Amino acid sequence: MPDAVKTTSHAERAEHARTDAFSAVSAGSAWDVRELTFGEAVKEAIAEEMRRDPRVVLLGEDVAEAGTAFKVLTGLVQEFGPSRVIDTPISEAGFTGLGVGAAMTGLRPIVDIMFGDFLTLVMDQLANQAAKIHYMSGGKWRVPLVVRATLGATRRSAAQHSQSLHAWPSHIPGLKVVVPSTPYDAKGLMKTAIRDNNPVVFFEDKMQYKLKGAVPLDDYTIPLGAADVKRVGSDITVVATSSMVQVALGAARMLEDVGVDVEVVDPRTTWPLDEQTIVNSVKKTSRAIVMDEGYGRYGVAAEIAAVIAEGAFYGLDAPVTRLGAMHVPIPFSPPLEDATVPTERTVFDTARRLCGK
Amino acid sequence: MSHLLQLYRQMRAIRLFEERVNDLYTRALMPGLAHLYIGEEAVAVGVCSALRRDDYITSTHRGHGHCLAKGASPDLMFAELLGKRAGYCKGKGGSMHIADPDTGNLGANAIVGGSAALATGAAFSSKYLQQDRVVVCFFGEGALGQGVLYESMNLAQLWTLPIVFVCENNLYNEYTHYTETTAGDIMTRAAAFGLASACVDGQDVRAVYGAVAPLVDRARRLEGPAFILANTYRFRGHHVGDVSRDYYRAKQEEERWMAERDPIAILGSHLVGEGLADGDALGRIDAELADEMDRAMRWAIDAPYPAVDEVSEDVYA
Repeated sequence: MPDAVKTTSHAERAEHARTDAFSAVSAGSAWDVRELTFGEAVKEAIAEEMRRDPRVVLLGEDVAEAGTAFKVLTGLVQEFGPSRVIDTPISEAGFTGLGVGAAMTGLRPIVDIMFGDFLTLVMDQLANQAAKIHYMSGGKWRVPLVVRATLGATRRSAAQHSQSLHAWPSHIPGLKVVVPSTPYDAKGLMKTAIRDNNPVVFFEDKMQYKLKGAVPLDDYTIPLGAADVKRVGSDITVVATSSMVQVALGAARMLEDVGVDVEVVDPRTTWPLDEQTIVNSVKKTSRAIVMDEGYGRYGVAAEIAAVIAEGAFYGLDAPVTRLGAMHVPIPFSPPLEDATVPTERTVFDTARRLCGK
Repeated sequence: MSHLLQLYRQMRAIRLFEERVNDLYTRALMPGLAHLYIGEEAVAVGVCSALRRDDYITSTHRGHGHCLAKGASPDLMFAELLGKRAGYCKGKGGSMHIADPDTGNLGANAIVGGSAALATGAAFSSKYLQQDRVVVCFFGEGALGQGVLYESMNLAQLWTLPIVFVCENNLYNEYTHYTETTAGDIMTRAAAFGLASACVDGQDVRAVYGAVAPLVDRARRLEGPAFILANTYRFRGHHVGDVSRDYYRAKQEEERWMAERDPIAILGSHLVGEGLADGDALGRIDAELADEMDRAMRWAIDAPYPAVDEVSEDVYA
């Protein structure tokens, strides 16, 4: 009875994420953990790496006293000073390119792109410069750069501040792309990204900055290219990225009530992509939904669906189904905007259809 | 060898290198195209002679002169232009992407204006790491149309970065005279940001060096970035294949520049006129260089291509 199914709220999803992460981290581990928000986890990763390595600097619009528009980096300028936490002019191409040049010559800059939509302004620096310099120079110059950007709609910010454009850098050889979904993953992946010797684009879901989760006190990192099974299940695999992971987990709880056991796989990075974990999961469950908040057409979901088709074709009992943002500019009006993004309800209906339940 | 003779030798080396590049192209021995710097040698040589080996440069699609003036070896340059494994970039970059950390060459960049922000970033590193290094960002007047150049000049001045922006005005944005693309006065663009600046005769290597050296020293003392406008002329086409140029510039114009404003002839006359060298001495330099370039070119022609399985190497560090 679809109408009777309870849809979990954002706050409830956050609470579930917290509990799930706690049990995941605590299980079989003696680590001390505490709760951090997604934003706090990102900041803690950056602060720890800045303490560890004086070559790490932070550049962007309003990153210092303002601590970014989302207040994620509040306090860093007080600890590290304005020579390492640097407010820039509103010149995304200029300061991103400056970050590339600084990365080539001995620093490990983190460049902050306030809204992922502004990647349009830095694509030459990212795609033609940062991504290609190591290869074009025959391996002589390298670019250890992190570009932070945000993604995610439903913040009522309209068409130029709501897109999820992580498919763009994922398409360019030479870049690595991180799309964390929990505070734990965000911290461990950010630390790895900063230590990586390549340009890494790190996407944060701006709607999840307040999402709480367990984060160990001890130092840890998470390798790029290692997916995480966020929920074990047997009937259908939902591969979900970033903002869509909590939606998939919420839908999985709804589907449990109708007898569909969902496995949720979070790739955590779109490149490198852990194809093996995805394919293995689908071979086990025989059905797959791929969810990603980027535009559904020609996007991350399409790529992962192709990986599944190539790797698990003979194990499939239903067509692989993509769920992404609608192929429209993100509208402002709330009922219109909400209609553009996959919801728990969309996943619920799709999974039931694919499973025949 | 005196400083001026060194400059003469370097300009001749660039000229002889590029004449051979053109020859390789016309004999169909070189894949792709090359953008020749012939006629503009005094700019690269005058500027780079004011730099230390560990100073940085960024170059352009018309970059052979910058790379050689900063100390690149002709044999490894030829090899790169021919796509050979022994080239500066293992054959993966080609003519437009020569890069060489040993000589501070951050790389030639084939996006017009594409290196402005990168060069500014290298200057940021130099200051942050207290390395005392200066960065020279070479670009053509075509890059004056790119916004990122002005973003970079603003950042450089705002943060007092040790960088000198060198604009080589060879009069043509590809096939279009710069006056058709460039409003106002070029020098006022730098002045608007408060950059120290100088406008020089780019055909006179002594004038280039004389204008650049104090601005490089000033930048090194962290007293501020600078902007140099070097007025010069591209003797050849936009690239080696651009041989019919009547539709955008007159033959007489080219002939006049070559006859009256050749930077090598200008310095040669000065050297002979001042008794600093005679025709024989200059001839010996020429012969020596021609021999060196021929050997470098032949070595590169005989060098092997990369193995095909190298195609996937170096994508990531």
